[in-house]
Amino acid sequence: MSKWDISSIDDWKSEDFPRGAMIPEAGNSADYVTGGWRSERPWRDESKCTQCLICWIYCPDSSVVLNDGKVVSFDLDHCKGCGICAHECPSDAISMALEGCELPEVK
Amino acid sequence: MAEQKIVATTGNSLVAEAFRQCAPDVVPAYPITPQTTIVEEFAKFVAQGRVHTEYVTVESEHSAMSAAVGASAAGARVMTATSSQGLAYMWEELHIAAGLRLPIVMANANRALAAPINIHCDHSDIMGARDTGWIIYFAETAQEAYDNTLMAIRVAENPQVMLPVMTTLDGFITTHSIDRAQLMDDETVKAFVGEYHPENALLDTDHPVSHGNFAGLGGTYFEFKQAERTAIDRSLGVIKSVGAEWSAVSGRPFDVVEGWGMEDAEIAIVVIGSTAGNVRHIARELRAQGVKAGVLKIRVFRPFPFVDIAEALKGVKAVAVLDRAESFGAEGGPLFLEVRSALYDCTTRPAMVNYIYGLGGADVKLELIRRVYSDLADIAGGVAEPSGLVYLGTR
Ligand code: SF4
Ligand code: SF4
Repeated sequence: MSKWDISSIDDWKSEDFPRGAMIPEAGNSADYVTGGWRSERPWRDESKCTQCLICWIYCPDSSVVLNDGKVVSFDLDHCKGCGICAHECPSDAISMALEGCELPEVK
Repeated sequence: MAEQKIVATTGNSLVAEAFRQCAPDVVPAYPITPQTTIVEEFAKFVAQGRVHTEYVTVESEHSAMSAAVGASAAGARVMTATSSQGLAYMWEELHIAAGLRLPIVMANANRALAAPINIHCDHSDIMGARDTGWIIYFAETAQEAYDNTLMAIRVAENPQVMLPVMTTLDGFITTHSIDRAQLMDDETVKAFVGEYHPENALLDTDHPVSHGNFAGLGGTYFEFKQAERTAIDRSLGVIKSVGAEWSAVSGRPFDVVEGWGMEDAEIAIVVIGSTAGNVRHIARELRAQGVKAGVLKIRVFRPFPFVDIAEALKGVKAVAVLDRAESFGAEGGPLFLEVRSALYDCTTRPAMVNYIYGLGGADVKLELIRRVYSDLADIAGGVAEPSGLVYLGTR
């Protein structure tokens, strides 16, 4: 299915929007930054991580990013900072750091 | 004109029949007096296999309308019914149904709102829902309740409209009294209402869509409301053309406002719902005495047919508007405010009076209507000034 063309949305008049605010496309919430109101962000200590993927299973926002079956980073555009990953990690590899503070590279 | 069966039955029975003939996919319902027999009789049709509807028994009217919204978004033809406190309990869902542009059809048995508790007729429930974005029909008789329901589904599902529609009938008076009516055969109704082919159904997994979206931060909420306004304004034309079509099939005239003796009327009463019969009765009596009395019955209240109303009333000397609902603290009942506003742009405006009557099922005796006409005659004859709001028939 083709992507919904919203390139000129700023110029749309009321009758140009799909009826009833319906979105004629699936899965486009990924295009929308929802992590903007986060107050804490997860930080992973690679040396403690056993790659059990429990954080990946538990994250309610699919924000634990895998590459080749291994955790590589967090998707901070969509991570809401709930801390579930940190709570569930059996190796205490994830900690939550205050948003905006000096951080080691987030991984 | 199609062959019809003459029946003696109640408004609620006829609405249940109309539902069955429209063959909705889903009916979520909760019973509330005096609506109960609509959903009860419809449930019987489902149990007998006479209609293949998913009948959802919910635990409240709030859930009934929520289920209706969900089913309609999924792509189903959805109908339900309610009354009074139940309608009030649906309030937030009413806005959602209209905002999502879902063509749900609902019957409302007009009934007073508590407190004090009262189960009888007035229009306080429906007037509370008048700004939720629903199209609203009023019925004077069981026949109109039936006809309105069949027309409603066509209007709601019209691609130019796509709005929920409420067809209302007066509690106990129209819902429960036995009335003479003509019932259309199933095949004719089926051909008239047609099949519903939803455009953006949630269950159409080949064309995934998302309903119930947020339009808060980008500032598009305003535009969506504007589109809703355009649609309900546009629906007036659709209501009239569907009415003309049904008229041709049924042989019964339909208009959004229906005048009696209005051509040369000097005094007129504006009324909605079952009271129109009483008013017409007195007007006929007065006509026989040479008094130029008229009646203007409003059959569609939303969208408010203000041009038709102004056209009908502009030459009249004195007009009374009968309101069966209060708008506490306002300068009159809801119908009065809108009728008066409809007349503002006319070059000649009639003198206007507002009567609040029949709250909580208080009897609308013929003497009361006679009194209204005699007040109007005094005003039209220059013998009396229009008074303020009158409570008609209280002790
Ligand atoms: S903090 Fe919450 S949202 Fe963010 S990655 Fe962890 S579990 Fe997911
Ligand atoms: S839960 Fe902890 S140990 Fe397991 S993959 Fe995630 S960060 Fe690594």
